[in-house]
Amino acid sequence: MNYLEHIGKYFIMLGRVFKKPQRSKVFYEALLREIEDLGLKSLGIIMFISFFIGGVISLQTALNLESPFIPKSLIGFAAKRSIILEFAPTFCSIILAGKVGSYITSSIGSMRVTEQIDALEVMGINSLNYLVLPKIIATVFFYPFLISLGMFLGIFGGWVSGVLSGLFSGAEYIEGLQTDFNPFLLTYAMIKTLIFAFLIATVPSYHGYYVKGGSIAVGRASTQAVVWTTILIVIANYFLTQMLLT
Amino acid sequence: MIEVKKLYKGFEGNPILKGVSATFHPGKTSLIIGQSGSGKTVFLKSLIGLHTPDEGAIFFNGTLSSEFTETEKQQWRQEIGMVFQGSALLDSQTVEDNVMFPLKMFTKQSDEAMLARVNFVLKRVNLENSNKKLPAELSGGMQKRVAIARAIVMNPKYLFCDEPNSGLDPQTAIVIDKLIQEITDEYNITTVINTHDMNSVMEIGEKIIFLKDGKKAWEGTSDEIFKTDNEAVVNFVYSSNLFKKVREAYLRETK
Repeated sequence: MNYLEHIGKYFIMLGRVFKKPQRSKVFYEALLREIEDLGLKSLGIIMFISFFIGGVISLQTALNLESPFIPKSLIGFAAKRSIILEFAPTFCSIILAGKVGSYITSSIGSMRVTEQIDALEVMGINSLNYLVLPKIIATVFFYPFLISLGMFLGIFGGWVSGVLSGLFSGAEYIEGLQTDFNPFLLTYAMIKTLIFAFLIATVPSYHGYYVKGGSIAVGRASTQAVVWTTILIVIANYFLTQMLLT
Repeated sequence: MIEVKKLYKGFEGNPILKGVSATFHPGKTSLIIGQSGSGKTVFLKSLIGLHTPDEGAIFFNGTLSSEFTETEKQQWRQEIGMVFQGSALLDSQTVEDNVMFPLKMFTKQSDEAMLARVNFVLKRVNLENSNKKLPAELSGGMQKRVAIARAIVMNPKYLFCDEPNSGLDPQTAIVIDKLIQEITDEYNITTVINTHDMNSVMEIGEKIIFLKDGKKAWEGTSDEIFKTDNEAVVNFVYSSNLFKKVREAYLRETK
């Protein structure tokens, strides 16, 4: 199947996904399950990675500032910018594409190969709407919180690394954080997060839903889903940056 | 009643069904038999609308299925119960939730009424006290019974079963067969079963259709299958020594 066919099939899938749920009570139950599976269960990894990467960004910046004429507050400024602009929305989304994307593809793919999706269709249930819409809503609404937490912990990690290493003081770091604060950068990061969240929910769902074969095919589809979601995040990141920041 | 007229279906230029016609009556258990690859599953999936036929017509109580409006299709789907080969239970949900699922989706009953109905059908398939178990905690036979309970919870007019005995020991297979037959009689359901289990053919085959290479090669009852001299049927049904001897004994007795 060529790329154009996949793109067409992906948008046809979205057309079936965005229908009014057949039973709102069942939909809310599914939504809560997805918030837990796709959001809350990702808190740990995002918190852990954000904290340490924030620390590393600050240490690297401090170690590379050799000139005494450059103020140390630049470390806080650089950490803030790189964490808000790229690390939290893009890097965390790529991590989530790996963790959540493979989970989505394998869970939907397993349902496909064990005929659970056929069972839903025979019952008269719009299986795409039932399975995929709660995932989209869960990621699109929850990931901004997750990424905001990643931003906060990344910046906090930078402060902790400075204080512990003695390479810069907490006051210098905070001064850098407060320098030239542009609220639009947060808006930009949130726009990116929403689009990446949509991709993280839909691209793996597509790969899982249309899988054919058995368990090996599901494994292969999971890998493909992670690769394609990452590629699409990177491409979308480039175009969004050009559109929103230039 | 279900009437199938000259059904054709193929995939990527490879014809699977080649003009199969059949009629299935309410209150009767009809069996589709045939070797692996003969088109049984494609036939069944075409009946339940998972495959769209290339040619031919399927009538449900006189209404052509391809001309169903969206509302009629939705209504018709709720009249269908399906037992899949691997049970196809939602593995993240408990037995109770699996059986209750169609009720939650399509009825406005209270939680108490739904639970009462779930308990009733679970009792009917001899699966009391398993409400809170997950499918993975059940044996193959129990999973099949949950699948049957889910299939009948909406009081269907049509029940379809794809190899309901596959992977089950002979004793459990007979229990499942009997259960399907009893439910068919009790609720006057039109039941169609795909199988290559010869015990099922002998035990519950009120009507048997033999498919070979995508065509209907023979049709009859479980009594007639003993007497038939159709070579393809005889080679398939009596391929084991046990069934050959059963047939010889039957023919000797009825002479």
